[in-house]
Amino acid sequence: MPKPFTPKVVTANALIEGDVIYLAADDSWVRDLTKAEVLSDEAIAQIRLLDAQARPSEAVGVYLADVKLGTQGAEPTHFREEFRRTGPSNYFHGKQAEADA
Amino acid sequence: MYRYTEFDTAFIQERNRQFRAQVERRIAGNLTEDEFKPLRLMNGLYLQLHAYMLRVAIPYGTLSSAQMRQLALLAEKWDKGYGHFTTRQNIQYNWPKLSDVPDMLDALAEVNLHAIQTSGNTIRNVTADHFAGAAADEIADPRPVAELLRQWSTDHPEFQFLPRKFKIAVTGAPNDRAVIKAHDIGIEIVSKDGQIGYRVLVGGGLGRTPMIGKVLSDFVPQADLLPFVEATVSVWNLLGRRDNKYKARIKITVHEHGIEEIQRLVEARFAETKAAFNGADLDLFAEIKESFAAPAFRNAPEDDFAAAYDADPVFRSWADTNLAEHKAPGYAIVQVSLKAHGQTPGDASAEQMRVLADLAERFGHDELRISHEQNVILPHVHKSDLPELHKILKAHGLATANIGKISDIIACPGMDYCALATARSIPIATQIATRFDELKTEHEIGDLKIKISGCINACGHHHVGHIGILGLDRGGVETYQITLGGDATETAALGERTGPGFSYEEIVPAIERLVDAYLDQRESAEETFLQAYRRLGMAPFKTALYETEEAEAA
Ligand code: HEM
Ligand code: SF4
Repeated sequence: MPKPFTPKVVTANALIEGDVIYLAADDSWVRDLTKAEVLSDEAIAQIRLLDAQARPSEAVGVYLADVKLGTQGAEPTHFREEFRRTGPSNYFHGKQAEADA
Repeated sequence: MYRYTEFDTAFIQERNRQFRAQVERRIAGNLTEDEFKPLRLMNGLYLQLHAYMLRVAIPYGTLSSAQMRQLALLAEKWDKGYGHFTTRQNIQYNWPKLSDVPDMLDALAEVNLHAIQTSGNTIRNVTADHFAGAAADEIADPRPVAELLRQWSTDHPEFQFLPRKFKIAVTGAPNDRAVIKAHDIGIEIVSKDGQIGYRVLVGGGLGRTPMIGKVLSDFVPQADLLPFVEATVSVWNLLGRRDNKYKARIKITVHEHGIEEIQRLVEARFAETKAAFNGADLDLFAEIKESFAAPAFRNAPEDDFAAAYDADPVFRSWADTNLAEHKAPGYAIVQVSLKAHGQTPGDASAEQMRVLADLAERFGHDELRISHEQNVILPHVHKSDLPELHKILKAHGLATANIGKISDIIACPGMDYCALATARSIPIATQIATRFDELKTEHEIGDLKIKISGCINACGHHHVGHIGILGLDRGGVETYQITLGGDATETAALGERTGPGFSYEEIVPAIERLVDAYLDQRESAEETFLQAYRRLGMAPFKTALYETEEAEAA
């Protein structure tokens, strides 16, 4: 039996800055996972992925990442995505330092 | 120090111009990422988890103070004020913007540095002992040999499409600090009946299939080195498995065919290559050797050193731990630790880089080295200058006395930066260092090398750590496997797995139990961890790791 589809977001790295970005419902790229569009339908997720991949001068390495729904919006299910949305643990650099900026 | 030729300089400038145009075309949308990626990788630019990463080559790990100052400038101007020195003897910047990289490369070119990664399936940058030209135990300086090999292999027409990449390391001393047994070819300079020659090893490597190199020849005369190495690479070029990238390295070829068969084939091929060399390589070698001539050492009394050594216990501890024996009387090799307890192994701030550059200029014949153990070395310092030098190091957080000790850990970037990682490695290193600093047992424990990688690519050399730690993703949870008994020196060995892995929370206490078991069971303070492991075997350490844990859980 195929596995049931789990919720996803479209994510990538920004071409110029290289940092982590997510696709929002209004087609903009956002830097905060909670503002990303959560895709719970597989067919729509594939279309959103193709849309995003067609924007190579903005985003690099576009893929679908698993998320779950929390009170604030999307939350990571795997620790790799947790680090991607936070930044490194040895310095207060990356996303964690840019929040609210 | 070896100077780049005008040819090299022009080549770098031309490459920088090309890359600037490529970046512009990528940003303008005229190059796709698939087209651009190989171009940026060739110029040392990677895309990691949180940002781009620029990797700058440091040939033989050797830098002048002007080059070090330029590295500091890059850190400040285009990064977050620091740089990361790696086990590949290069520096990485973790936060550059794509649009800034061409300016960074131009700034590097001003001091003859570059990020060109001789990438692809070719013979890569040849590495050498970081004490080269200074070590007391050295038979001859390995750098001229490394440079000769670099010039011979660069653009060598037969070797542009090898089955896989090929790495060579050279040591000039019987004590191997260049990890030659973990290279495709390892070369040790030896002396037989007063004649200089080379012991050549083949088929070592780490990564997903770790192997220790085997002896291909015990003595290759100096004049035969290039034809012999050429014969070796040539044999592998034909035999190597091109069908499977995981089986293509020469270590697998040697493993599959056996060392005797490889020896026979190399000998046969050598008869042909030897005939094709006309001696021009020997003239070139003589020329290169001159450019690596030692600086003019001075004769001076060492009283200041002796006085500080007797009077100041902090200086004494640092001198005992961080100095190595120099070949010139009155001189020492200074190892500056980039492993302050709790800091990221291998990181230096822009300010620290400038301090190191100043010290090299004032006291060290303008020379700095980066070791594969992620520390900085001032290879030629007169002992009378050490008290002053130590004072300045201390003022800038650079006087940690821990070289070769439990907190002098090699760690790859792991999941804090690396896109390939399966787990973090930096915080494991900083927690181990902090823990043993709290316990104040570091110097009692003595020599102990811990090496940590964040995935099976083994950039942290965990296979050859006395204690190796490999971070894996097991069902979405960071899990750490321990190996024991690895050794990166002339008595090289691969570590053996202890058993099931430990979680992120469990790994530091597990290391503590291992070290306690060693302290309990060692014969004397002179018996190192590695010696105790070799005598006792795995059993007592396994007990300490697994049975104590169950006892506590029960
Ligand atoms: C995020 C950046 C990095 C990436 C993506 C990366 C990737 C890799 C990969 C894929 C390999 C296996 C190569 C192969 O067998 O084809 C490798 C090997 C290696 N890396 Fe890295 N690496 C990174 C950072 C580093 C750093 C920071 C160091 C030094 C601290 C390092 C040192 C090494 C070494 C020594 C090897 C060779 C291991 C061997 O003998 O096979 N790497 N790296
Ligand atoms: S060992 Fe793995 S995690 Fe560590 S730097 Fe190499 S590729 Fe990245």
